[in-house]
Amino acid sequence: MTAAALLVGLLTAAGVFLVLRGSQLRLIIGFILLGHAVNVLLLSAGVLRWRVPAFADGGLDRADPLPQAFTLTAIVISFGITIYLLGLLRTGGAEASVIEPDPADDDGPTNRPTEVRDRDET
Amino acid sequence: MTGILVVLPVVGPLLAAAALLAWPARPLLRRVTGLAVSGLVFVTAICLLAVVRSGTVLTVRIGGWAAVVAIRFAVDVFTGLMLCAVALVVLGCLASAAGTGQDRHPFFVPLALVLAAGANGALLTVDLFNLFVLIEVMLVPSYVLLALRGQARDVRAGRVYVATNLLASTLLLAGVGLLYGVHGSVQLNELVGAARESSRVAAAGGVVLVALAVKSAVVPVHAWLPRSYSEAPPVVVALFSGLLTKVGLYALIRVFAVLYGGSADHQWVIGAAALASMLVGVLGAVGEHSMRRVLSFHMVSQIGYVLLGLALFTHESLAAAIFYLVQYILVKTALFLCTAAVHADRGTDRLVALGGLAMTRPVLAAAFAGAALSLAGLPPFSGFLAKFLLIKAAAAGGAWVAVAVALGVSLLTLTSMLKVWGSVFWGLPGAARPAATGWRPQAWATLPALTLAVATLLLGLAGQQLLILSEAAATGLTNPTEYLAAVLR
Repeated sequence: MTAAALLVGLLTAAGVFLVLRGSQLRLIIGFILLGHAVNVLLLSAGVLRWRVPAFADGGLDRADPLPQAFTLTAIVISFGITIYLLGLLRTGGAEASVIEPDPADDDGPTNRPTEVRDRDET
Repeated sequence: MTGILVVLPVVGPLLAAAALLAWPARPLLRRVTGLAVSGLVFVTAICLLAVVRSGTVLTVRIGGWAAVVAIRFAVDVFTGLMLCAVALVVLGCLASAAGTGQDRHPFFVPLALVLAAGANGALLTVDLFNLFVLIEVMLVPSYVLLALRGQARDVRAGRVYVATNLLASTLLLAGVGLLYGVHGSVQLNELVGAARESSRVAAAGGVVLVALAVKSAVVPVHAWLPRSYSEAPPVVVALFSGLLTKVGLYALIRVFAVLYGGSADHQWVIGAAALASMLVGVLGAVGEHSMRRVLSFHMVSQIGYVLLGLALFTHESLAAAIFYLVQYILVKTALFLCTAAVHADRGTDRLVALGGLAMTRPVLAAAFAGAALSLAGLPPFSGFLAKFLLIKAAAAGGAWVAVAVALGVSLLTLTSMLKVWGSVFWGLPGAARPAATGWRPQAWATLPALTLAVATLLLGLAGQQLLILSEAAATGLTNPTEYLAAVLR
């Protein structure tokens, strides 16, 4: 139990440190570590020290299956999102999308008055 | 039969999205499919609300598994009301996307449908872990929708959004794990009042509440919302504002009511966050210069009003909060759809570049005026009734500070709406590109916003029905025995 607690603490600390660094790749790796921390936390929630077993006939030597199912689901979700984030990092938004960009579309920052003039000239 | 009705809001959009992705269809067919499925979900939500309005609670155990492992959905009046409002938002946004040509990307409609399915599922579920999963189902398409245009600017704006929501999701999952660890169950019916009895459960539930507060953009964890919403495509912002934060808010209300149930030790935290949200949101909007940024800051402010009703935790205040939430979803979506129409028409939503739209687009101006006055809380719109009920409940509870803040913030909201009105709809046409000619594209872009604005007027004039429903929903929150007895079955 202590080992699990230490592991969660270590993973969370490393994850938070990486998330707070400025780069996108470190952010992604930080979230992977945070996800691992939560997975270990979920697994250790299945320890039957302070409550009754989920299945009465199971006996105390059986682990609670529900947190394992939780962890499995969480792993799948975080894996998918990590892949999407890595894809976003790879393209960086530079790749043209399927539709042609709207030439007059102006969503830029609010305090750039030159943009208006630029568009009038085109 | 009712079982099919209960799962339809989740399964229908998911199947339609899968079909659209599997068989790439023509744009018109995509549009029609999206609108037809959303319409079907809206009709289903109305039917569900009609069934549960007498106080019965519908439940379904998917696949008939044992209660411990089954995915269970339940509909009470609160859920039914939220399902109706969310379905109306999705319908309006898809119609507006079709009208402004934002749904040209082949993935837009399928992603919006998956988003709707996740939101509906999060409203229906009675299990906190399934709540996490369904919120993820709702968030993943939103990450993609933000970056769909593939422009570097969108991806940059999306980064803040994705990072914040990932962090909140991780926190939510940790909270659910802690709750399971200390209590042995994360099903709402087994968690009733648990936080009042055990401080360990209260601490674990606090982690869940903080995560949900980040997702609903409550001050002090609100800063991501104005930053990311102001950069996203306008119709997408309307969809997000109607679904994402509101589902977070619904879950916040539900979890607080079930877990803490009016525990005086914890109410002050919600109350302080509510007052701070109201003030910070409205003051943040004062200095902003684009319609989307002004409206995004007002979202934070309005979320504070709903939380105020939760913090007081009396029957009247909860009914007022639910009334406020339902009408506010429609009002805010109407305002964002007006922004989308302006943006599609003039190519920008910056206040300085716009002007004189009241002359060229009178119907759009009327729709915006109605929704803006409702947001500020002027009669005869629904916002007035909502604020009146909330302030009455606060006064009855002796929370005079809250009354003063609510009134002052309303006044500031009105000022801010007047600023937008003055620079966008009045005055001389700005430097933005001239308005498109022809009534057809204009009509299709304006119609969804106008419909929602008329709906808020009708809710203001005939608010009695919604008030009765809100009071029934509040009874389900203050006295959850019926909800839980039904869930146990």
